[in-house]
Parts: sequence; C-alpha cells; structure tokens
Amino acid sequence: MVKCAKLLGLDIFRQIRNPRVHIVVCIKQTPDSAAEMVVENGIVSWGDTPMVVNPWDEYALEEAIRTKEKYGGHVTAIVMGRKSAGEALKTAIAMGCDSGVMLCDEDFFRCDARGTARILARAIEKLGDVELAFFGKQAIDGDSGLVPLSVAFVLGWTPLSYVCEVYEIDLHEARISVARLLEEGRQNCLATLPAVVSVVKEINEPRYPSFIGIRKASKVEIPVWDLAELGLDDSEIKTCDSAVIWSQIQSLAKSSREVEMIEGDSVEAIVTELTDRLMDDMVI
Amino acid sequence: MAGNVWVYIDHFRGDPLPASWEAMGAARKIAAELNTGVDALVFGHGVDELVQLASEYGAEKVFVCDDATLADFRVQAYGAAAVKLTAAEEPVLVLAPATTRGRDLTALLGVELGVGVIADGVELNVKDSVVHVTRPVYAGKLRATVCAPGANPQIISLRPRAFPQPELVASTAKVVPVEAVLAEEDVAVKVTDHVAWENDVSLSDASIVVSGGRGVGGPDGFGSIRQLATTLGGAMGASRAAVDAGWIPYSHQVGQTGKTVSPDLYVACGISGAVQHQAGMRTSKVIVAINKDSEAPIFKLAKYGIVADLFDVVPALTKELKRRLDQ
Repeated sequence: MVKCAKLLGLDIFRQIRNPRVHIVVCIKQTPDSAAEMVVENGIVSWGDTPMVVNPWDEYALEEAIRTKEKYGGHVTAIVMGRKSAGEALKTAIAMGCDSGVMLCDEDFFRCDARGTARILARAIEKLGDVELAFFGKQAIDGDSGLVPLSVAFVLGWTPLSYVCEVYEIDLHEARISVARLLEEGRQNCLATLPAVVSVVKEINEPRYPSFIGIRKASKVEIPVWDLAELGLDDSEIKTCDSAVIWSQIQSLAKSSREVEMIEGDSVEAIVTELTDRLMDDMVI
Repeated sequence: MAGNVWVYIDHFRGDPLPASWEAMGAARKIAAELNTGVDALVFGHGVDELVQLASEYGAEKVFVCDDATLADFRVQAYGAAAVKLTAAEEPVLVLAPATTRGRDLTALLGVELGVGVIADGVELNVKDSVVHVTRPVYAGKLRATVCAPGANPQIISLRPRAFPQPELVASTAKVVPVEAVLAEEDVAVKVTDHVAWENDVSLSDASIVVSGGRGVGGPDGFGSIRQLATTLGGAMGASRAAVDAGWIPYSHQVGQTGKTVSPDLYVACGISGAVQHQAGMRTSKVIVAINKDSEAPIFKLAKYGIVADLFDVVPALTKELKRRLDQ
C-alpha cells in the first residue's frame, strides 16, 4: 500500500514536472502480410488485399500508448505516404494516440531509407518538444530496417534498436532503460533521452482499437505536411544523387520441381528412404 | 585506382559470425572485378584472433580499432571510428553482414557519409563499377534489383547464408591500428547486462533447422522436435501458430514477423505453411515437409513430403539418423 502510494505519487510528480511529455510513433501503411504479390510490367500489385498498418508498427503504437498511460503525456502518430495512408493514422488514433500527422508530397515517393529518415526527422523537429520516437523494427514491404536508426542519426538522438522491453523511463533524469534482442540473447542497456526506439514483436501484445477510439478517430482533423510545410530544401530530397534506385523488380521464379512424396509400408521404411535422399543431397 | 572494398567483421564479444566471412568471400569476387583489394574492419576489445582470421580470409589490410569502449557493439562508438576511417581512406564499397549490428552500422554510415544504403543483398553484380544488388522485398515474395550509382562509397549489407563461405588463403595482411573516436562519456548507451540464449544453435546461422507448428499440439510436443534438431546439430524453429499459442518462445519463430532462415535443410513438422511462414524459410536449399494434411501448402514448397503423423515420423527419423551418424 505504502509502495503503491509512493509509486503513484512519483508518477504524479513526474507528470507535474513534465506536463506534456511528447511521444512520437512513426508508422507506415503496407499491403497485408497475407497478400499475394504480383509484378506486371514492372508494377507491383496485390489484388484486393487491403492496406494495413505495417504489422511491426502495431507494436510501436502499443508501446507508445502504454508509455503515455504510465508516465502521462501526448502521443503523435506520423505516417508518410499517399493520402490513403491517412487510414493508418485513424487506426493509430482509435488505438489511443492523441493526434496524427500525415507527410505527403509527390517528391517523397522516390525517397530511399535515408531520404525517408530525413523527412521523418524534420517532422519530429517541427513538432518541437519530442522526447521519444517509437518505430517498428522494419516495414514488411521495403524490408530494409534502416529507417528507424537513420532517423536517430539525422536527429543526433540516442539510437536503440530491436528493443524487446522498456523497463523504466526517467523523464526527470532524461534516462531510459531497455532490453534489446540480439542474435545472441538479450542485452540490457541504460541510455539517455531523447531517443529513437525500434521495437520487436516480443515487446507487447497490441490492443484492438476501442469503440470510443474509433469514434474519436472519425472526427479528428489530420494535418498534411508537404515539403514546403516541413521547410525542407527540396533540392535535398529531389536530387538525391547518391540515393538507392530500384532498377528492377520481379516475382520469384516458380519452382518447376514437384514435391517428391516419400511413402512406404512402415514408418521405418519411410525414414530410411528420407535419410538416403538427404545423404545423397549432402545436406546432413 | 579505385579504393579498396571494405568488410565490417561482425562479432559478438570477439566471437565472429559466419556471415562476416561470407561477406569476405563476396568482397573478394567484387574486388577482383574492380581490380582492387579487400580490407577488413575489426573493431572491438581483445580481438587479436579476429585480426588473424580476417587475414586468413583474404584481407589485404586489417584496420584494427581495439578499445575498451568497443567491448560491446554500440553503434555510435563503432560508427564514429568507421566514419573517420572511411573519410580518410576512401573505400569504393563497404560490405557488412545484415545482422542486427551490421544493419545499424550501415544506417549510421549512410547518414553520416550522405549516401544511400542497400540492405539484405543476396546477389551482387558489377556493371561499370556500380554494384547491382538483388534483394528480397515484401517478405521475400518479390526480388528487387537496386543500386546506388552516385554513392561514394557504396554501402551494402548482405543477408547471412546467401553467399558461400570462402576458402582460406595464405595470411599476409598488413595490420593497421586505428584510434577510437568517442570517449566513454560521449556514448549515450551503456550496456549493463547480457543474458545469452541457452546453448541453442543460432537460427539465422544454422545449416539445419527443424521447426514445429500447430501440429505439434502443445509445449511437450516440442520435445521430439528438439531431439531431432539436436541429433542433426541444428537449430529449433517454430511457426507463428505455435509461438502465439505459448508453446515455445518467440525467439524460435520463423516467418514474416519472426526470423528469416536459409539453411541447407529445413524440416517442417506439423506446419501448414502459410504465406507468412514461407517468407521466413523459402530460400532453404532442401525442405522436408511432414504433415498429416496432404493438402497443406507447405508441400508445394518442399522437395520431400511425408503425409503422416509427425509423432510417428519424427522419433523414428531421430533414431535412424542417430544410427547412421554413429551417435
């Protein structure tokens, strides 16, 4: 009880000192992960499959909202894309984000990861008082996983990638402690704010949009910022001489090989046959 | 005379990842086409063995930055040293394995050097000094060919197991010591602790992966999957269905929202093979599918299929392999 009151008191104290801690979550709209992707004449399409919030970004949204619920503050979701990507912001607000910003300009479409990062970083700077920016670890379309940390480097903020748990955020001391998921295990880190945090699936279980949230999202006004609004020198983005260019995109070659079904009178006969094949293939 | 091709040697506290040597092999091929040499970047603390290995894998020069601030990979500390060195030495191309560390380091180099970065290459072709990179996109459902012709240097990360392990060569590398750039107080991230995975073979590096799905039926069912994986010296994977059911930790998940693997042998046990799972394992060389449902999509991807109960087949296969492999 005493501990609870103390914790509660501490949280109130924090909120008074930081009346509006501003958290950003950057999301992307992508084709649903179940979509069959087709390339015709160099154009990628995915039939009737709906566009969704990039699945990795759902974890970032959830973590941003939980952070606000725990420490107080305001969450702004940012999406960059075509006008239709506004739907992703509605999902974000229906889940519990307070506001949304849409970044949309014809000149954005040619951007590679670094160009995208510069635009997102500029938007975060324009919002002004942001302490923490959450990202999903990558988007399931481009799949580069380069954008979150590139934003950190453009802003000069602390880079924290592959975060699987946020232990504690101390806004007064401007510190954050997290666990990161590496190939070899979990790494615990203590770092300074402001920070860019990219999250992995293990971090949480994203909530569904609430009824009240959906109603709120349907009414909220979403500002659209273009190149001029962001105050970015357009030559920086337009003539990105060193940018990555997509020269070709193609479907995977369909395997012409039929599966070879291994059958036999007994389980022993089947596994003996399979072991022979695997030894012939020199994979065991 | 073009600058050399550089390879960032990725390691965890001095233990190199095989993908680092795969990148050395890829670098040697590119360097031969560009008529230049290969240099290795070995950053860390107490990394003499890595320097020797980088030399044996064909480095002409090994740039060594050995400093206490680099004991754990922290992208700011590693990046600052790499940026300074890159500006001074002007490599034509920087390759890194597309591991957690390699990806973060290449992102930093891209921003600080003002060049585009290409992630996850699985094939490299040189045309007019520009490296054209084939990479999987849309979770491996499509392949894109990309390049950054104006980038100097070009920066590319390579997907683990997409390139072969190269042969060793006679070691003659020149070792070039490099100073660290950031002092400890300038690094915003402090590593307080590390909890290693328990004795498991790393999924991304494994040459054999045995995975279980919904058909495994529960946490206990993974016992026989694990035995088969152990017998083969491979790693244990799982489908999203098994992970979401709480039967096995997320670190084992293979697929679109899990790990991408590319082993020589992938054994899918009780996995139907949803498109999201396929995204994580379709580049495996030989796929074996064991499933009761002959209509399961996994059979379309498999080289060998067995329509049977995995609880009959998997233990019998383990026993047969033990016998053949003299265990």
